[in-house]
Amino acid sequence: MELDAAKMIGAGLAVIALAGVGVGIGNIFSSLVSSIARNPAARGEVFGIGILGFALTEAIALFALLISFLILFT
Amino acid sequence: MASPVEQFKLKPLLPLEVGGLDLSYTTSALWMTITVIGVTAFLTLSMRGGRLVPGRWQSMAEMSYEFIAGMVRENVGNEGRQYFPLVLTLFLFILFGNLMGMIPYPYTFTSQIIVTFAMAFAIFIGVTILGLVKHGLHFFTLFFPSGTPIALAPVLIPIEVISYFVRPVSLSVRLFANMMAGHTMMKVFGGFVVALGIFGVAPMVLIVALTGFEILVAVLQAYVFAMLTCMYLNDAIHLH
Repeated sequence: MELDAAKMIGAGLAVIALAGVGVGIGNIFSSLVSSIARNPAARGEVFGIGILGFALTEAIALFALLISFLILFT
Repeated sequence: MASPVEQFKLKPLLPLEVGGLDLSYTTSALWMTITVIGVTAFLTLSMRGGRLVPGRWQSMAEMSYEFIAGMVRENVGNEGRQYFPLVLTLFLFILFGNLMGMIPYPYTFTSQIIVTFAMAFAIFIGVTILGLVKHGLHFFTLFFPSGTPIALAPVLIPIEVISYFVRPVSLSVRLFANMMAGHTMMKVFGGFVVALGIFGVAPMVLIVALTGFEILVAVLQAYVFAMLTCMYLNDAIHLH
């Protein structure tokens, strides 16, 4: 198989990991909404932690994207 | 047509070579200087003639101070108050840098891995040295919390050590990848707008939404960087 074709396939396979990240982010915001619905007064505290969790999970998405770009472009 | 990653190419504005090392003043350095001047101007000029009931600028300066002060006090505790200037500097530098990059022609210096890695590595080394100086060899109990059964040690310690050393990498790659991916995406959609001619209105609407999202990401990434710095400081000062 040619190197370029293999690179394309590899890059495509690498981003399958984004499925897990989508589930994770959905999870975070679902529990954020549930907890605010149960206890609206906790909104301030819970929101900060929720946003932190979102950013950390998003970082995993970017790691997957980074590996994909590394495979594709080097 | 240029490729979308060409926006990250650097131009040396003042070529300077010291002993074989290329230390020229590039666009990246220029924008870092502009960011520093911007942050300093924002904080000092807003607080000029500090009134008890603040005007708009003074409000903003005080709010950003309060926000970070609260974050440091909450996440690091009372001993951590001396690290507040570090966290405030990091937060405002990254925030203003990211936001200035959202303006059409300026350069986003945080989209360079070496810049973010330098910051993250400096924090990592600083926090490790701090922990070692403060606790001596007891610092290594960070990798093996006191309550855990000894049978878990061969599994837990390598995991903890690896995740400790991944910290500077994850901290730097998070910021770098967010900035680079955001700007690349906007460039790609910009290419679509030009290519579609009259129907380019549709990608244009998407770009407007995407720009809004990127501004949110710019602020969020600065917040996350500062928050994680506070958490690493907390780990070093109070071992678990």
